[in-house]
Amino acid sequence: MNKKKSLAENAKFVSILASLISILVGLLLGFILLLILKPSDALGGMQAMLGTGFSSLDKFGKVMYQAAPLMLCGLSVGFAFKTGLFNIGASGQYTMGAFFALIGAIVLQLPWWACLLLSLLGGAIWGVFPGLFKALFNVNEVITSIMFNWIAMFLVNLLIANIPVMLASAWGASNSDRTAALASANPGAIIPKGGLDAVFGNSSWVNISVFITIVVAVIMWFVLEKTTFGYELKACGLNKDASAYAGINAKRNIVTSMIIAGALSGLGGGTYYLAGTIQYVLEKSILGMGFNGIPVALLASSNPIGTIFSALFISYIQVGGAAMQPSFSSESTNIIISVIIYLAAFALLIRGSIQKLLSRKKAKEAES
Amino acid sequence: MSEDYIIEMLHITKEFPGIKANDDITLQLRRGEIHALLGENGAGKSTLMSVLFGLYQAEKGIIKKDGQEVQIKDPNDANRLGIGMVHQHFKLVECFTVLDNIILGVEDTKHGFLEKEAARKKVMALSEKYGLRVDPDAYVSDISVGMQQRVEILKMLYRDNEILIFDEPTAVLTPQEIDELMEIMRGFKKEGKSILFITHKLAEIMAVADRCTVLRKGRYMGTKDIAGTTKEELSRMMVGRDVQFSFEKKECKPGETLLSVKDLVVPSKVHKNNAVKGVSFDVHAGEIVCVAGIEGNGQSELVFGITGLEKASAGSIRLCGKDITNASIRVRSRDGMAHIPEDRHKYGLVLDYSLEQNLVLQRYWQPEFEEHGVIKAEAVRKYSEGLIDKYDIRSGQGPLTPARAMSGGNQQKAIIAREIDRNPSILVAVQPTRGLDVGAIEFIHHSLVGERDAGKGVLLISLELDEVMNLSDRILVMYEGEIVGEFRPKDTDVQELGLYMSGAKRNTAGKEGIAV
Repeated sequence: MNKKKSLAENAKFVSILASLISILVGLLLGFILLLILKPSDALGGMQAMLGTGFSSLDKFGKVMYQAAPLMLCGLSVGFAFKTGLFNIGASGQYTMGAFFALIGAIVLQLPWWACLLLSLLGGAIWGVFPGLFKALFNVNEVITSIMFNWIAMFLVNLLIANIPVMLASAWGASNSDRTAALASANPGAIIPKGGLDAVFGNSSWVNISVFITIVVAVIMWFVLEKTTFGYELKACGLNKDASAYAGINAKRNIVTSMIIAGALSGLGGGTYYLAGTIQYVLEKSILGMGFNGIPVALLASSNPIGTIFSALFISYIQVGGAAMQPSFSSESTNIIISVIIYLAAFALLIRGSIQKLLSRKKAKEAES
Repeated sequence: MSEDYIIEMLHITKEFPGIKANDDITLQLRRGEIHALLGENGAGKSTLMSVLFGLYQAEKGIIKKDGQEVQIKDPNDANRLGIGMVHQHFKLVECFTVLDNIILGVEDTKHGFLEKEAARKKVMALSEKYGLRVDPDAYVSDISVGMQQRVEILKMLYRDNEILIFDEPTAVLTPQEIDELMEIMRGFKKEGKSILFITHKLAEIMAVADRCTVLRKGRYMGTKDIAGTTKEELSRMMVGRDVQFSFEKKECKPGETLLSVKDLVVPSKVHKNNAVKGVSFDVHAGEIVCVAGIEGNGQSELVFGITGLEKASAGSIRLCGKDITNASIRVRSRDGMAHIPEDRHKYGLVLDYSLEQNLVLQRYWQPEFEEHGVIKAEAVRKYSEGLIDKYDIRSGQGPLTPARAMSGGNQQKAIIAREIDRNPSILVAVQPTRGLDVGAIEFIHHSLVGERDAGKGVLLISLELDEVMNLSDRILVMYEGEIVGEFRPKDTDVQELGLYMSGAKRNTAGKEGIAV
């Protein structure tokens, strides 16, 4: 009995250890890449990548700021994963969420919390379609949601370009390729800093969104682990046939799951653009944030609590990567970030080999 | 020792995470004998054969061919040594013809083009010699299971294999086909081929084998000459205790009609025709009605239709007098239908859920376990501990064991506990004992009879004729989506059922059934 317990405890330990090892291997390989690209700057580059996030409170504030939307996109992808759906449409839902939030902020002049609620709604609407198509016509959600990424991007561009009041030019700025700065359009729509700016050395980035997001992550964890709703959703994701056998309405669950996933991504868009530091620029390509949610979710094995940490990690190396830019091009820093994230996702593989190693050791002990 | 062994597996040990599937097993196959390998499910028979066939590598032990040690790293090595295997689940390409399947992997070519004529001649000659009737140009998807098996056998012969492994070959055959297979095996023996015959059916071993090696829980229990042993002795070696072969049960006293199926039509998922073509029958309180038939004659679809996993396209189903033809699965389950599904991994369990989560799979939404949308973890734990205790479900970590980590028998016990404990009025059990060991089978049979004696209706779908004869109060034989005969077990025998199951006989006048 005793032995079995120690093995069960091991499982958690092993999976955390595996994540750490794979991150380390990724960093090592990233460093080798830096050496190949520019040997003279490799060490400095690596230092920038690893050190920047902690180098100043302002930078750490930026890590937190970027972590919030990443976390929400990660929660979105992870939540869909748990129910057996691959939500590759987080980007489109995120874009829609951002759009709804900005409409609320600039056109409707709403306070920040109402804008965040609108972003939830925008994302949810964009989640409904892939869900409905999947449930009613068995159209693969991957295809629908990829297409809806493009639809969202161009639709939002089109709408913003045709609502003059949305553009920065309507609020005293000269550029018309982006939305208005919230500071001039509606300061009340900026997510409050809640005194965090004082803690983070007057960081212009940080606000309470990261805490809102952590609360959302905990709620998601509760929903998945403790409620009948979560029980049904996970059952559908793990075994569709068995959940049908148990009388669970799989179609309804597919749709609700996509709505929730969409709402989470949408909220991500809201938190990013309501910080008051970034304006939505009319884009020519799909926003990367939603896609970054995929490695965030994978790294955390779709666990909502794990997502908090994996989003912080990825945000951290992104901020570090940005700091490498004078000596390394943004393309090469992106390659290195990708390599690190890619290898970090090898955690599962490494977990297997650690377990093998441990059991072999145990067997040897048992023999002797 | 100057015994003439063609294959020797000496002190084989093979481990999987958490389990020793083979623990120091020795198996010696004489040239030209039929050697049975007997053991319950999970005893390690298939693992041992997979080691011989090169699918697994043993951690310890050696394999000798003709006295020389050999390394078998993959099935190609096995093939070169003349070892062939008919797997329990056939390895055939459905959309290829019989001939294509036989030559697949050893095709003759000329300038890069297939040369099939010589192959065809060889196949036909083999087919004739051993009485293995096949149509070389038929597509595998169109031929019967029996013929598919003959194709698998021809594959071995075509490769000039001299050691033939048969893994549970009789599981899918009618009694008549089993007799035929036994005859073919004797023919091989006459030709000097050596046969390893994996089974858990004692009667077949007594009929055809020369010697028998028995495994129990991964361990070697001994090798016996069939001439000098009995069924009882072998079964004791296999199970470790005496086993009851026949089954005593009280007389059947059928009561009111609980389940009434009328002209039910269910479409097939695989082909365009209907899988169930207008089936009608009743199940009464206190009786076990058994649907017998060869796999794939519409039994699965019949169950899908009754339980609601598939929509019936015509006909009606009444449960306790209430029409449930179009009711959802949840409604049927609430109204008193329990279902032990055919495929416990696909339908019966969420394998990555814990045992306790699986035990409430049909009831998690009931007020007993749910409050304001939140699952009452304590109630679930208490309930599942009760079931685990009552039904003796064994597992490593109790209620928290992942279902995936449990043995097949205990998984099935969990499903049965869950379904019976719901106190259903009708229990639909599909092959509830498939792949289980004798102990678990006994338990399940007792549970089913217990339900019947408690005044429930039991609809049992089984491919095992022994089970059908032992348990049922009434037998319906299903053939190609229709019910072709209705019997009482005491008025019929396995041979007669076999004729109906294979479509050789049908009882059209019996539409009304036997009066109950």
